[in-house]
Amino acid sequence: MWRVGTVLALHDETATARTIRLEVPDWPGHLAGQHVDLRLTASDGYAAVRSYSIASAQDSEHRVEITVERLPNGEVSPYLTQQVAVGDRLELRGPIGGWFVWRSQQAEAVQLIAGGAGIVPLMAMIRSRTLAGKTAPFRLLYSVREPDGIFYRDELRALPEGDRSVMVTYAFTRAAPKDWSRPPSRVDAALVAEVTWPANLAPSCYVCGPTPFVETVANFLSASGHNRDRIRTERFGPTGERK
Amino acid sequence: MDIVSRGFSGRRNPADAKLPPGQYLTTDFPVLSAGPTPHVPLDKWEFTINDGTDVLRRWDWKSFRELPTETFTADLHCVTRWSKLETYWEGVSLDTMFADVKTDASYALVHSYGDYTTNLPLEDLMDKQAWIAFRFDDEDLAPEHGGPARLLVPHLYLWKSAKWVRGITLMDEDEPGFWESLGYHIYGDPWREQRYSGDE
Amino acid sequence: MSSQIPYLDGNAAAGELSKVFAVDITAAEGQCGSCGATRRFAEAHLYMGGPGIVARCCVCEHALLRVVSTRHGIFLDINGMTYVRFDTTE
Repeated sequence: MWRVGTVLALHDETATARTIRLEVPDWPGHLAGQHVDLRLTASDGYAAVRSYSIASAQDSEHRVEITVERLPNGEVSPYLTQQVAVGDRLELRGPIGGWFVWRSQQAEAVQLIAGGAGIVPLMAMIRSRTLAGKTAPFRLLYSVREPDGIFYRDELRALPEGDRSVMVTYAFTRAAPKDWSRPPSRVDAALVAEVTWPANLAPSCYVCGPTPFVETVANFLSASGHNRDRIRTERFGPTGERK
Repeated sequence: MDIVSRGFSGRRNPADAKLPPGQYLTTDFPVLSAGPTPHVPLDKWEFTINDGTDVLRRWDWKSFRELPTETFTADLHCVTRWSKLETYWEGVSLDTMFADVKTDASYALVHSYGDYTTNLPLEDLMDKQAWIAFRFDDEDLAPEHGGPARLLVPHLYLWKSAKWVRGITLMDEDEPGFWESLGYHIYGDPWREQRYSGDE
Repeated sequence: MSSQIPYLDGNAAAGELSKVFAVDITAAEGQCGSCGATRRFAEAHLYMGGPGIVARCCVCEHALLRVVSTRHGIFLDINGMTYVRFDTTE
């Protein structure tokens, strides 16, 4: 059940988030939206397990990328974002999850809504769509504290135009760029109504982020007419809050 | 176990203090939950001791807070392996609460607001071994840590110290509670490392 | 002091439950034994970080499923659901 991946590359997405690219020789492949469980074992046998969404599209090279955000007081994220080095081996289990997935055969419009690190599995969906050469209409609403907190910034900026375009709207909650038309604030019903696919298009909606964000946004979607069955959610959070 | 993660040590600190086997020291206070935090308004709160048929004693918040209290220090040992030492509480001793209760029952099933239960021998609640605690670290016990009041039985694993306690049912037989019915040890002595049913 | 809601969702239990079920459980549909709500397991409120994992109905918080991993085996209680329906059409 547990496979071993070797760290091929590390890339800092932001000051606190790092993408880890792993090579997993016996990787069975994965769908966009799935996650892996990572297990870290200390020399005395103490083990900690954490779940991380897969950021990459399935490729032919048995590679899996995860993006880890360093949590203050985290037990595992400081190790993954600051100590892990190229060449290290990590144990992982997966791919896990069959509900919060996007398959390239899906032709309907897709609305992606990310809160902070919730962008990770949604990026896998965008990347999978690109790799498969699909043109299903995609929109992304990405809520993030400030511009420096954006993951995959260059790639999002370079998303194709025209037929393959993905409309990306950023919602900054703490600090916005100068001259930004919208002052920093949380995602509200008005913004969702303005920038997301309307309910009558019956899009498949994927909402990912911390639990309160996901609950609020899912309620906005539901209140504006989206069928509950078309709203898929994945909540992130520390496993066992620490105080 | 095949792989050791280079340089990973987890959250543990080296332990100078004597800890039960398999435990590690923590300085924070993890919040671990089997369900949503109940919010019990004090004017609705009550605590009962019953025998399954009759209520033997009942307190509302006002009468509960009129009982004599104690402050005490306790070491907490959670079955998930963290231990927190010398935590400071205020509460009412179960000896006080059982002062007028006459019973032949040998066991107790403790109930919380919500659906949580845990069981233990009645004698483990007596003789200065257990309290209904309502203050932690000189503050009113926060809801996420079991407030307004929780059971504290420090000599057993912390899952026996039911948060959001609402009452005790006296039983002739030991009846497994929420975690005891799903693989955890019926008694739970951390010093004998009785984590799981099947452990000696 | 955090006001964070202390639950995740069914997706978070999928790794542990993959030790028990050969098929993915997050897409499975279950009926709550208490209120009758029918939802995908991914939508359940997942409480973890304690002695075990508890999945609760997102409507009424009734415990649908509990799972504990011990050195003596994995304990699973699914009495909280009237049924679980796994999609076999894949």
